[in-house]
Amino acid sequence: MVWKISDETAYDTLGEEVHLTINGVTIRAPQDQSLLVTARQNGFEIPTLCYHRDLPSEGHCRLCVVEIGEHPRTQIVNSCTYPTQAGLVVQTHSETVLQARRMVLELLLARTPKAKLIQEMAAAHGVYESRFKTDDPEELCILCGLCVRTCREVVGVSAISMKGRTPDKQVATPFMEKSSACIGCGSCAFVCPNNVIPYTEKEGIRTIWGRDFELQPCNVCGNYIAPKYQLEHWAKITGDPVENFFVCKDCR
Amino acid sequence: MDLPRLEAILSRYEGESWDLIPVLQDIQDAYSYLPKDELQVVSERLNVPMTQIYSVATFFKMFSLLPKGKHQIKVCLGTTCHLRGGGRVVESLSHRLGVEVGYTTKDMQFSLETVGCLGSCAQAPVMMVDDKYFGRSTVDKVPKILKLYK
Repeated sequence: MVWKISDETAYDTLGEEVHLTINGVTIRAPQDQSLLVTARQNGFEIPTLCYHRDLPSEGHCRLCVVEIGEHPRTQIVNSCTYPTQAGLVVQTHSETVLQARRMVLELLLARTPKAKLIQEMAAAHGVYESRFKTDDPEELCILCGLCVRTCREVVGVSAISMKGRTPDKQVATPFMEKSSACIGCGSCAFVCPNNVIPYTEKEGIRTIWGRDFELQPCNVCGNYIAPKYQLEHWAKITGDPVENFFVCKDCR
Repeated sequence: MDLPRLEAILSRYEGESWDLIPVLQDIQDAYSYLPKDELQVVSERLNVPMTQIYSVATFFKMFSLLPKGKHQIKVCLGTTCHLRGGGRVVESLSHRLGVEVGYTTKDMQFSLETVGCLGSCAQAPVMMVDDKYFGRSTVDKVPKILKLYK
């Protein structure tokens, strides 16, 4: 399994320090670190929806856009996927940037009118309603891909992925069937910012992505620890016998 | 599952993950769709998770997870063809074949789909059957064209 270290902690893997300007302030930051991380480390707040420090950035949400270059030759780029380079001139809150962010939020609001997170974020940017057509008023998924990336990069099983292309794009298991790769860990539901992923736990059975997972009770206290499949997955990656995981972390 | 047929396709590649799209294209050409069992073998052989194959297979229009007909009919609905009556050609084909756009006739002879542009706007409206172009196609030319393939 490949472990990706979050870019906020992995200084040794980054290039040497370079100078750049953010909002008129000259700062020093390691080369090739994403602009988003550089800005945040120096106290410039940039809103994001699809960024997570432990996951590779894929630039889905487009909220983190910043303006780079000097007037009149500026361009709008995703700060989460753009590398820090020597001499860059970055604007995180110029009028062009704010306009782009308001447009993104308006589009998101049209997609998920009932999502609290989007409503709050839009209101913070002065967007209260959308000019665009809403396809499904009950839709809550913003297609940020956090669940897909968590399953692939952190859990390491890749049980879900994006299916199709917009406007019918959605998160799904292969062939929309019960996934044999899923271990029922629930990480996708945990990381989801809008709690869209259906997930129930009842009488020792966890149901997620249409599959039932039997939960393993702790050998000492009897509280449920995790699905059996997940413990078997742990046993497989650590090489320890699966029985080692049958005691919950409080009883160890 | 026809394993030798699939092996013949896979043997043309080195079995690296970046061979995924060419392999899928070859399977699509050979089988006229991407069968699930074959995709499972591809997943194991190229060491690509099934999720990624499903993602790629549903993203590109050239791939189909359902069997396609013997002849693929593509009607252009790009800007020029749209203005010059491509929509009426689609309607006529759909009516004559008895299928909606995106589906295959019951006898598995024809699959009907619309495309964004076929690259010959001067001949608008254009339709394509397999790899043959039919320029300046009109509603009354549709039965003649279909007759060639029936």
